[in-house]
Amino acid sequence: MRVALVDAGGANIGSVRFALQRLGVEPELTADAEAIRTADKVILPGVSTAGTVMRRLRQLDLVDTLRALRQPLLGVCVGMQLLFEHSEEDDTPCLGLLAGTVRRLPPGAGIRVPHMGWNRLSLRREDPVLAGFSDGDHAYFVHSYAAPPTEDCVAASDHGRAFAAVVRRGNVVGAQFHPERSSTAGARLLRNFLEAPSP
Amino acid sequence: MLARRIIPCLDVRDGRVVKGVRFRDHVDMGDIVELALRYRDEGADELVFYDIGASPEQRSVDRGWVERVSARLDIPFCVAGGIRDVETARAVLHAGADKISINSPALERPVLITELAEAFGVQCVVVGVDSIREADGEWRVRSHTGDPARMRAPSVRTLDWVVEAQRLGAGEIVLNCMDQDGVRRGYDLAQLAEVRAVCTVPLVASGGAGEEAHFADVFRVADVDGALAASVFHGGRIRIPDLKRFLRGEGVEVRDA
Repeated sequence: MRVALVDAGGANIGSVRFALQRLGVEPELTADAEAIRTADKVILPGVSTAGTVMRRLRQLDLVDTLRALRQPLLGVCVGMQLLFEHSEEDDTPCLGLLAGTVRRLPPGAGIRVPHMGWNRLSLRREDPVLAGFSDGDHAYFVHSYAAPPTEDCVAASDHGRAFAAVVRRGNVVGAQFHPERSSTAGARLLRNFLEAPSP
Repeated sequence: MLARRIIPCLDVRDGRVVKGVRFRDHVDMGDIVELALRYRDEGADELVFYDIGASPEQRSVDRGWVERVSARLDIPFCVAGGIRDVETARAVLHAGADKISINSPALERPVLITELAEAFGVQCVVVGVDSIREADGEWRVRSHTGDPARMRAPSVRTLDWVVEAQRLGAGEIVLNCMDQDGVRRGYDLAQLAEVRAVCTVPLVASGGAGEEAHFADVFRVADVDGALAASVFHGGRIRIPDLKRFLRGEGVEVRDA
């Protein structure tokens, strides 16, 4: 199985790569459109800002490539936010693979932003990417922006308001939390994604 | 609901975990990866590695051990000590650290906080604050606390610095209450509550943990997001599974290990 890890400049690329290696998969770190198009699975990581990562994807001429993928695509954290139409962060037009706008989490009484730490997943519907998950499992989040829990949301979490923690629509999967740092739950999500059928 | 975090802090020198007695006579405690995985298995929510050699010796962190930890550890970790510029921070983050923590370099050149936040996002940037109550009753910061001979008192009020650090781009504050440090009589609840009132980003308490009840107190009274401790965990005085069971019984939301 060839797994392409899109090199969009995020700082967590190394950690995602290590997490895949722990599952026995050696991903190909690449910014090459052909390598991405022909991979069995594609992962778009990203710790940075929506604007920075989108700018880099445009510079690398990868936007259309990512939009046209038929094989399973996983966006992690900012990588998941980019799957949506638009992000409030730097007023950034995104990939538009999922409907909705990513908005800043509102601070409030006892609600600190960034949302940083382990929070519970609330499962919304059964999905292969959540095989083996239980309602209330903890995952590790670090983010200030989040996508709304639209109909593509298979697991939500809550920080001041409900937001999408895991999304899936067809071949497109997103995790707002960091699977590479979410212990057993994180490894499970990655394994489920890697086991998803490729076309 | 967001779980309150339990964070063991490990001192690192030359890629080994060490335990210091009064800043010297460091005792080797073992391999950094082995100890990190042991804490992970026990249910630690996050780890902080403090490179105690880096800052006083004016050298930057050796990224070799950061990479070794990242390859094996599947919970988040933060690296502190010896990070004084964007390039060093980049090397540490790219080696796999989730966050970097800066303390003295931020006091010397506050715009460093902004440079790091712009380069990597605020969520990667932790500002550590060493604070002590002075004779006039005010809490003020200290810098270069890793080496008693070089410690400085820059005459900055702790509350002012916490506000300023957030304005500049800090994504998390770790407040180390020096009066409490190593005394094991509990966290400095009064100071932490005052800092909490001006801190809208996550706040981590450090200094003073001696028994399980101290953790319940600091979460309930000072409403901190995380509690950091070193000696009580390393010495085996508090075991993390027991601590979490206790906290859960006290109604504190913690992660199931």
